[in-house]
Amino acid sequence: MLYTPANWGSAPLEWTREHLLGLADLSVEEITIILDQAQRFRSCILESSENSRAIPLLAGKTIVNLFFENSTRTKTSFGLAGRRLGANVVDFASSTSSLSKGETLIDTAKNIQAMGLDAIVMRHSCPGAPKLLASRLKDCVVVNAGDGAYEHPTQGLLDLLTIRRRFGSFKDLTVALVGDIAHSRVARSNIFALLKLGAKPIVCGPSTLISPYWRELGVEISYSLDDILPRVDVFNLLRIQFERQVTRPFPSIREYARLYAMDADRLARCKKDVLILAPGPINRGVEITPDVADGPHSAILDQVTNGIATRMATLWLTISAMSRRLAAR
Amino acid sequence: MAQTLYIENGRIVDPTQNLDKIANLLLIDGKVAAISPSADSVPSDAQRIDATGLVVTPGLIDMHAHLREPGYEEAETVASGARAALTGGFTSIACPPNTSPALDTQANVALIRELAARARMCNVFPICCISKGRKGEELAELGLLFESGAVACSDDGSSIENDELMKRALQYCKMFDKAVLCHEESVELAKDGVMHEGRVSNILGLRGIPAEAEGVMVSRDIALAESVGARLHIMHVSSAGAIASIRRAKARGVRVTAEVTPHHLTLTDEELRSFDSNFKMNPPLRSQEHVDACIEGLLDGTIDAIATDHAPHSAEKKEREINIAPFGIIGLETAVPLILDFVADGRLTWAQLVEKMAINPAKILGIAKGTLQAGADADVTIIDPNRQWTYTKESIVSKSKNSPYIGRNFKGRAVITIVDGEIRYKLD
Repeated sequence: MLYTPANWGSAPLEWTREHLLGLADLSVEEITIILDQAQRFRSCILESSENSRAIPLLAGKTIVNLFFENSTRTKTSFGLAGRRLGANVVDFASSTSSLSKGETLIDTAKNIQAMGLDAIVMRHSCPGAPKLLASRLKDCVVVNAGDGAYEHPTQGLLDLLTIRRRFGSFKDLTVALVGDIAHSRVARSNIFALLKLGAKPIVCGPSTLISPYWRELGVEISYSLDDILPRVDVFNLLRIQFERQVTRPFPSIREYARLYAMDADRLARCKKDVLILAPGPINRGVEITPDVADGPHSAILDQVTNGIATRMATLWLTISAMSRRLAAR
Repeated sequence: MAQTLYIENGRIVDPTQNLDKIANLLLIDGKVAAISPSADSVPSDAQRIDATGLVVTPGLIDMHAHLREPGYEEAETVASGARAALTGGFTSIACPPNTSPALDTQANVALIRELAARARMCNVFPICCISKGRKGEELAELGLLFESGAVACSDDGSSIENDELMKRALQYCKMFDKAVLCHEESVELAKDGVMHEGRVSNILGLRGIPAEAEGVMVSRDIALAESVGARLHIMHVSSAGAIASIRRAKARGVRVTAEVTPHHLTLTDEELRSFDSNFKMNPPLRSQEHVDACIEGLLDGTIDAIATDHAPHSAEKKEREINIAPFGIIGLETAVPLILDFVADGRLTWAQLVEKMAINPAKILGIAKGTLQAGADADVTIIDPNRQWTYTKESIVSKSKNSPYIGRNFKGRAVITIVDGEIRYKLD
C-alpha cells in the first residue's frame, strides 16, 4: 500500500509537546500515544516495496542532527526516520564546527536556527543540555538523542515498544536493567517510564555502579544476577561505559563478565519466555555472550527496527505540534 | 573627608557592649564618639540621620568575597565588588587570593589595597595564598605577605592535598597568630563532580560531590591543627559530618572556627532539577538534612560566621551546560536579606546576626572592627528590617549577575552603609 499524508491521517491532537527531552516529563497517556504511533510506523517500514517505506508527512521540513558525542546507530536511525518522513536531514559535525573554536552551545544553536530549521536532534555529554537548548530557541523542536547519563528518551521508547509487542502490557512486568546503571541514560529513561507504567524495575550490577537512592524511587536493587534470573520477564543488558568512568569501578572485565554476563547457563535458569534486550553497541563476551545475543530470546535487531519507528513517531508528533501552534498564530 | 554624623532613634545592637536598645550614635572624624551623648555634646553641624524603626549595627564584615581582580575583570573588579558590598550592607570584605596571578606576592597584595583605596568604597582586606601559585607545593612568603597587609592565608578553590605541607602552613602561621582558611575538598572524591552526591544527582545522572569529600579533609585538618595548636578556619562548611567534627573539636579545645554561606542555609540540591547553572557552586547545594545541620551548627555556635563566598562569573562563562559552567554565585547583595529571614522567624537573634556577620569575622581575621565602642572605626550598617523589595537582575550592582535569587521578594535590607564615618551607600 502506498501511504500519503491524506490516507495516513493527521497527528493526534492530544499530543502537544514540541520537544522530547526525556521520559521523566511524560505522562502515561503521552507514552502510549508515541508507542501507538510508532507501532503504525513499524508496520509501514516493514512493507516490502521501497516506495511504501516512506510517508511524506514532514515534506519540506528540515531536521538537523546536532551530535556532540560520537554516535553511529542513533544518528543513522534519526536520519533514516526523518528521510522516510520526507524531511531534509542535515548532519552537523561538531568536531569540525566552530565549537572547537570555542563557540558556546547557545551561539551554535542560534546560528543553526537562523538557517531556518524545524527540528534539532541533539546528543550531548552534559545532562540537561537539550533542555538548555530548548529554552533558548524559538519555534524549533528539540529532540534529545542522549544527554550524558541522564536520558535517552527514544531509546527508552523503543525498548518499551519492544516489550509491549511481546507482553502486551507493562503492568507487574519485572524488568531488570543490568550493568553500568550509574552512567546509563538508557537505564534512567527506562526506569522513569517503567515506574509510571506499573512495571517492576530491578537494577542489577556491581555495588560501585548502583546508587542506594534507587530504592527510594521504588526500584529494587540486586547485586546478584544469579539471584534474580528466575523471576525476571525482561533483561536489558547495558554496556559498561568505560568512557564515563573516573576510576574503574570493578577489578577486571573478566570478573565483571563472570558475575554479570548473560550466557547460555544463566539463560537456562530464566523464565521460558524471557526477553533479552541490549541497547547496543553490545560488547560480546562482556555483558552478553554471542550465543545469547544471536539466540531466540534476543530482540536486539528488533530493537533497531523499532528504533526507526519510534523516532519517526517522535519527529512527526513534535513537529506537528509545533506546526499547529504556528499555523494558529 | 569624614563627616560628623548623628544617627538618632535607631535600635542599636552591639553585643560587644551588651547593647540592644533605642539610642543615638555619634560619629566624629571617622570614629565612634559616643552612644547617646548629652544634647550639648552633639556638634551643631552634625548631619542628622533619622533611624526611627531601623536597626543600627557595627559595620557588617564578609570574610569571603571573590573580587576577581587581577585577571578576571570581566566578572568583577575590586571597585565593583566593593560597591556591591556597600549596597548589601558590608563595610568590610576579605577577598581570597585565587585571582590571576594569584595573590602570592607582596606586590599583588599591595595592588588590592591600592585599588581598594582608590575605589573608596568599603574596606577590602586581602587574603594571601598559602602556597606559591596555589599549587600546594611550597609555602608562599607568608611572613612578608602578612606584613604587606594580608589578613589571613588560603588556597581557596582547592585544598592543600599534601598533608605535610598543610601541617607546615599551620605551624608557620601560628607564629604570626594568623588563621589558615581552608577550602575542604578531597580532590579524588570530588573529581569531575557537578552537584551534591545523593538522590537528586542519581536521578539527573550528574556526577556527585559527596559530603564526605568535605568531611575527610575537615577531619584531617582538625587533627593537624590540634597537634600543632594552630588556628584553623573552615570556609563555607556544608555537610553534617564536617559540622559534627568541628563541634567535637571545639568541645575539646581545638582552635577551629567555621563559616557558612547564606545559600547553604537556604537552598537544597533539589534546585538542580532545573539544570540552571546558578545553582552550581562548590561546595554544592546539599540535601535538606545537611541544610538542617548547617542551621543547627549556626545556632549552637559551632559555626562562627556567615560569609557569602561571593563568586562572580560573566554570563558567557556561567550560562552554559551545567557540566562546564564554573562553580559559584554572587552573594554580597542578598546575604543580609536572606539572614534577616532567620531573624524575622525567630531562629536567629539580632545579637547573633551581628556576631556572625561582624564580630566573629573580625576576630577570625584579626582586624579591629565589628564594634561600636567609643573610639572604634566608624563603620556602621543601618538596616530596615521591614523594607519590602524585589531583587531584580537590573538592580544588581555587582558586575556579574549569576544569582539564583533573582526575582525573589525580600523583606529587609541595609539602607545606609557608613565607612570611616562617611555615608558610602544610601538607598534612595
